Amino acid sequence: MLQVELVSPERILFSGEAETVIARTTGGDIAFQSGHIPFIGTLVIHPVRIISADGTEEVVAVHEGFVECAHDRVTILSDAAELASQIDVERARAAEARAEQSREHVDDASAEAALRRARIRLSVAGGLGLKM
Amino acid sequence: MAGGKERVLKRRISSVQSTKKITRAMELIAATRVAKAQERANQARPYAEQITGVIQDLAEGGAEVDHPLLRQVENPQRVAFVVITSDRGLAGAYNSSVIRAAEREVQALRAEGGDYSLILIGKKAEGYFRFRGYRIDASFNGMSDRPTFDDARRVADEVSELFVSGVVDQVELVYTRFLSLASQRVAVRRFLPLQTRERETGGEALAGFEFEPSPEGVLANLLPRYVEARLFAALLDAAASEHAARQRAMKAATDNAEELITKLSREMNRARQDAITTEIMEIVGGAEALRADKGAPDDLLLDHLFAEHLFPERLAAEHTTPR
Repeated sequence: MLQVELVSPERILFSGEAETVIARTTGGDIAFQSGHIPFIGTLVIHPVRIISADGTEEVVAVHEGFVECAHDRVTILSDAAELASQIDVERARAAEARAEQSREHVDDASAEAALRRARIRLSVAGGLGLKM
Repeated sequence: MAGGKERVLKRRISSVQSTKKITRAMELIAATRVAKAQERANQARPYAEQITGVIQDLAEGGAEVDHPLLRQVENPQRVAFVVITSDRGLAGAYNSSVIRAAEREVQALRAEGGDYSLILIGKKAEGYFRFRGYRIDASFNGMSDRPTFDDARRVADEVSELFVSGVVDQVELVYTRFLSLASQRVAVRRFLPLQTRERETGGEALAGFEFEPSPEGVLANLLPRYVEARLFAALLDAAASEHAARQRAMKAATDNAEELITKLSREMNRARQDAITTEIMEIVGGAEALRADKGAPDDLLLDHLFAEHLFPERLAAEHTTPR
């Protein structure tokens, strides 16, 4: 059993137990289970899946951050992370449209990142919608 | 005459009373904001602690510590000061003590021949230093009340940029630490370069950590976040201190107003009593004078209503005798 904590600079977003945590680091996807060797990695913009023992799954949109795993504790540090259940789909859509528009005018990295964030948000929220 | 004084006092009392209402309201608002700011500071703590923990694990895991944010300069020539004040006043000595500490540091630095750089947060610091002709490199407003992490990041980016590009050799943070509701203290803290703690001896590294992409890669990503988290913590501390200082200042103002009202109403009552006494004295004196002047009882209009006029034959003798 893993002890999982999702920590943002402003508060603890999620804290609980899980069987498996799947995240994507710069080197690719990685899954953590009990007994994993100590690990520190940099996360990319991608959903993180927290699967508990009874099979329920919590999906989190993580916009860059770190994951540390040591002694069956998984800590995800992220500047901006959102639980699927807290994402405002309307707002995310608007953000996506906005980002797309600004990317047309100027092709800069921040617009690109904004667009990716919006898409992740939507895909995370969408996944939840399907299951319900 | 005396009625004028009474009126003036009455007007002052009502003006003090309305001031008291305002300070009282501000006190109550500040009180709830302190609680909120404290809560936010507590909620932000885990992130800062975790990130510090990860950096420590990295050091124990044997990451090569070499990063622009760690660049130590032997003899710093130019030092930047990040001064955290509030946008609004009426917070007692909160702003002035931070500003005084910052100015003292700047003067000390200049006395040693160094150069300074100012990064100001809050309108109060900006107003003060601009008025005195200091050179200001950056100033941020509108965040001191309720700082968000994005605010902290904006400031941290600016500061890191100055440091990494080599414009400044050192960054000091001047802010107010929140010790408790009753006590906040101005602190001057080294902000950059980040100080690396000596690796603990005997640390055979319980670690054996695996890193992705590499220890250095993670560290390079982690250090800027760490800078942001530290600045954020300072901002939150300062915000809590600001509200606590304001609460105290406003409580003092309310108490003062109360005292003033008591004093003024006493004065007013005395003035009114004086006026009444004087008036009575005047009436009595006037009546006496009239009586003395006019000997004949018929001169007083009121006397016509008295019994002696209705039954003159019976009372005449009795009444006229004293005159």
